[in-house]
Amino acid sequence: MALTREQMAQRVAQELKDGFYVNLGIGIPTLVANYIPQDMAVMLQSENGLLGMGEFPTEETIDADMINAGKQTVTAIKGASIFSSAESFAMIRGGHVDLTVLGAFEVDVQGSIASWMIPNKLVKGMGGAMDLVAGADNIIVTMTHASKDGDSKLLESCRLPLTGKGCIKKVLTDLAWLEIENGAFILKERAPGVTVEEIQAKTQGKLIVPDDVPEMQFAQAS
Amino acid sequence: MAGFDKVVSSYEEAMQGLEDGMTILAGGFGLCGIPENLIAEIQRRGTTGLTIVSNNCGVDGFGLGLLLEKKQVKKMISSYVGENALFEKQLLDGELEVELTPQGTLAEKMRAGGAGIPAFYTATGVGTPVAEGKEVRVFAGREYLLEEAITGEFAIVKGWKADRYGNVIYRHTAQNFNPLAATAGKITVVEVEEIVDVGELEPSQIHTPGIYVDRVVLGTFEKRIEKRTLKE
Repeated sequence: MALTREQMAQRVAQELKDGFYVNLGIGIPTLVANYIPQDMAVMLQSENGLLGMGEFPTEETIDADMINAGKQTVTAIKGASIFSSAESFAMIRGGHVDLTVLGAFEVDVQGSIASWMIPNKLVKGMGGAMDLVAGADNIIVTMTHASKDGDSKLLESCRLPLTGKGCIKKVLTDLAWLEIENGAFILKERAPGVTVEEIQAKTQGKLIVPDDVPEMQFAQAS
Repeated sequence: MAGFDKVVSSYEEAMQGLEDGMTILAGGFGLCGIPENLIAEIQRRGTTGLTIVSNNCGVDGFGLGLLLEKKQVKKMISSYVGENALFEKQLLDGELEVELTPQGTLAEKMRAGGAGIPAFYTATGVGTPVAEGKEVRVFAGREYLLEEAITGEFAIVKGWKADRYGNVIYRHTAQNFNPLAATAGKITVVEVEEIVDVGELEPSQIHTPGIYVDRVVLGTFEKRIEKRTLKE
């Protein structure tokens, strides 16, 4: 079975470490915040200028001057800091953020990513995505393995205009956990019940399948 | 009080000198921390042919979206646009030009502009459509793009509190691009919720020192919320 959005967020959360500063993109990456282990301290960075993003507010605490990079109203945790957008991108570009999680349309075997522009469709902009992929060393891309029409999103070479060149090393799809090395996707884990053959069939770029490809493990409940 | 007194008594006075074809740098992220009354004043004036440097372009009927109604904007330099139908229409009709710029690069362009740095190298955008026509240089084995700074004839800024000398502090994430825009305008206009006496703001807590600010005007703000999201 392909992973649900929640399971994808859960799997990404397994990559968190105590003391990490993390930037989560819009969509599935945002859900990762729901699966931060209780005994772990993780601080969320929002690129509009907030380090230490908290949960959504209540009717009583909602504040128009307090939003995240997705323009949603949020709160700040105890110990948070707030700063200008230049300061925010200085910490991103300067490699100070420990983990960035973001969505994409396509990723290729060279680690290039396309996530912002589909030719002949209205282009809204790249926002902070180009800065995030260029600045972070540790990036996880989350996306479905193939389009609704069955077209692979894991390619030999991205077809859409790029967001960043040669910057992605880890990809979580609804079918698999993969790492990118030496011009190939390495299949590290399978979603429970998904076969290597299915993943192979839906991966257009070069795929290396090790002898043992374990199924992903998920904690009970949650 | 003359000398360093930056306070003006009306929005009309605040935007005095704005002419057709000028470049305006605007603070704000989405609708958060936007200089909403200064934008409304620009609409009232009907100034046209403007180039607006702002991360976003407001929504239909509010924020910078107001300036689209009478086609006052020639060009937007932004990282993310199109939250408004009118914007999309004018773009598709060729009435509006857009220069999409990565968010961090846009912030740094304003910062550099205000700091007297004409250009800088960044890895952001290498190998993407943003790199077209730009110099690429290798430092320590990695490619970087040369990006040029931005300045404007006007900067319009939304602060929380200012003193009469134009020292400004921002509230929460309404800071965003505001302090950057404030440094890079030839004439920097700040509208605030409160004007306090000189000496009342703690010097070490000031975000924008008065040296960058030319005019301060007191306003009242709607502070519209774009994506009202509550805890379930």
